[in-house]
Amino acid sequence: MLTPWIVLDGCVARCDNIFDRLSTRALRDTPIALFLLAPALAILGVFGVAPLFFAVYLSLFGGKYSGGPFVGFGNFLEAFGSDAFWRSFLVTAYYAAGTIPATMAISFTVAYGLFRITRGRGFFRTVYFLPYVTSAVAAAMVWRALLNPQFGVANAILAWAGVSPQQWLLEPRGVLHLITGGRIPAEAGPSLALCCIILFEIWHSSGFMIVVFLAGLTAIPRELEESARIDGAGAFQVIRNVILPLLSPTVFFLAIVSVIKSFQAFNSFYALTGNGRGPVDTTQNVTVYIYSNFYEYQRWGYGAAVATLLCLAIVTLTVLQWRFLGRKVHYE
Amino acid sequence: MIRRLILYVFLLAGALFTTLPFVWMATTAFKSLTEAVSPTLVWWPAQWQWYNFVETFQAAPFGRYFFNSFLVGFVVTTGVVLTSLGAAYAFARLDFPGRALLFGIVLATMMIPFEVTLIPNYVLIRNLGWYNTYAALIVPWCASAFSIFLMRQAFMGLPSDYFDAAKVDGCGHLRFLIRIAAPLVKPAMVTVGLFAFLGSYNSLLWPLIVTSEDTMRVVQVGLTVFSGAEGVRLHLLMCASTIVILPTVALYFAAQRYFLESSLGSGIKG
Repeated sequence: MLTPWIVLDGCVARCDNIFDRLSTRALRDTPIALFLLAPALAILGVFGVAPLFFAVYLSLFGGKYSGGPFVGFGNFLEAFGSDAFWRSFLVTAYYAAGTIPATMAISFTVAYGLFRITRGRGFFRTVYFLPYVTSAVAAAMVWRALLNPQFGVANAILAWAGVSPQQWLLEPRGVLHLITGGRIPAEAGPSLALCCIILFEIWHSSGFMIVVFLAGLTAIPRELEESARIDGAGAFQVIRNVILPLLSPTVFFLAIVSVIKSFQAFNSFYALTGNGRGPVDTTQNVTVYIYSNFYEYQRWGYGAAVATLLCLAIVTLTVLQWRFLGRKVHYE
Repeated sequence: MIRRLILYVFLLAGALFTTLPFVWMATTAFKSLTEAVSPTLVWWPAQWQWYNFVETFQAAPFGRYFFNSFLVGFVVTTGVVLTSLGAAYAFARLDFPGRALLFGIVLATMMIPFEVTLIPNYVLIRNLGWYNTYAALIVPWCASAFSIFLMRQAFMGLPSDYFDAAKVDGCGHLRFLIRIAAPLVKPAMVTVGLFAFLGSYNSLLWPLIVTSEDTMRVVQVGLTVFSGAEGVRLHLLMCASTIVILPTVALYFAAQRYFLESSLGSGIKG
């Protein structure tokens, strides 16, 4: 029974001998390092790094597919002059502003609550993390049904509260317009459809932040909190002046990760609205805009140009956060 | 005492908000069509319609979608674990010129948004003749910078005495990696594998653009196509959503201590 393993082990030992003979004082472990690194580096290089340069190259060509005429920065100029392009960035901005602070506040509150209890902490943590592991597509199917204007649960709740039924994911009018009874124009602010996507995302991704916040909270030394209490600080003062500063590296990490993630959001948009664009294109974020140009209009060069701009936006935002938020982070 | 009670009520309300959509999904999967689309909220079906599941599998080739998703997920998971084991060991334990620079480049690839590489990768897949093949779904995802980073952290945590002792006994790097180091970093391997499987199983955008034939579709694409099809009935859609979610939920419950502890932050204690 053991024979194949012994043979295999012998082969491994033989390989080791060969690598041993190949390495010299100058090369050190280079031969075996190359052997071990090659598969990972080949895949990351071909499908991760090279496409970045290829995208910039593609963005210089116009027309359909990839064989169009050379247009230089024409695609970029077209994007800057296009209403749809700026609207897609606005949708992404609304989405980021709608999801990140709310998710952070909710997750911190829940994580702090979990931190305060002893019994059932593991159970609650398991439950809260659950949506995060489920596919956004399948979860979106459920939310679409709950928000259905004809038979959805959302309108049943509104009817019970005495409010007129809403169109939810099919509603292109702004949420401010609906709340103020029409005093604010329908085009201003995010549409109700976009707000539904935001709500879905808060529900779907809070679990991740709760687990990360809870990890950060458990790592805070108990003595610091206790000594603040003895000095007469109330619960909110302890949170504001002791816990939040000590948690600032966690907040910083989450802020950077969630900004990047919100600029790349696609699945929930696509699955909730059926095409990503939503009613009157009011949920077309940058990613969906790239997808529509690429997939529906076959404008590869233009899509690559918008993708390059998205990449630049993400890098700029990350650097800005690093500069301005990073300064406020307390490390021990 | 009262404060603690309020806290538990608050946490329970949050847990209910988190899980109720799933409960509604699971019970609707067993409802009749009239119950499913009834304007008044129905939580439990009057009669459990087990036949819905048969009907769902007849309405769309979900069997094929599942086969594709599991095959792709399994190969990607194996690939990611193997490539990151090798690369992480080289970065953590081997000595070669340019190591720090190369590791820096690998980490930097984590910042490249997937959308930027989408169109170029599609062109590449087309030129390779991989459109509508498993290779297109599998190969680009068989390495991950984040996994290399996680695995390297695990290797860095091993005492170097282990290797010195093995070397004295005449054991080379390859043999040490396979026989001693890999088994010791099993928790990291499980974490990396779980995230690789989940990432592959739950992905939508990439399979959506590199496959067009029904036989090559994965479950996430199949589900969106199914939901957009004419005349799809809600109870069957919820049935399909339930069976799509079920494997990941099962995996999550089976391996949740790895999920929640190893990578998301040190110092978690349940």
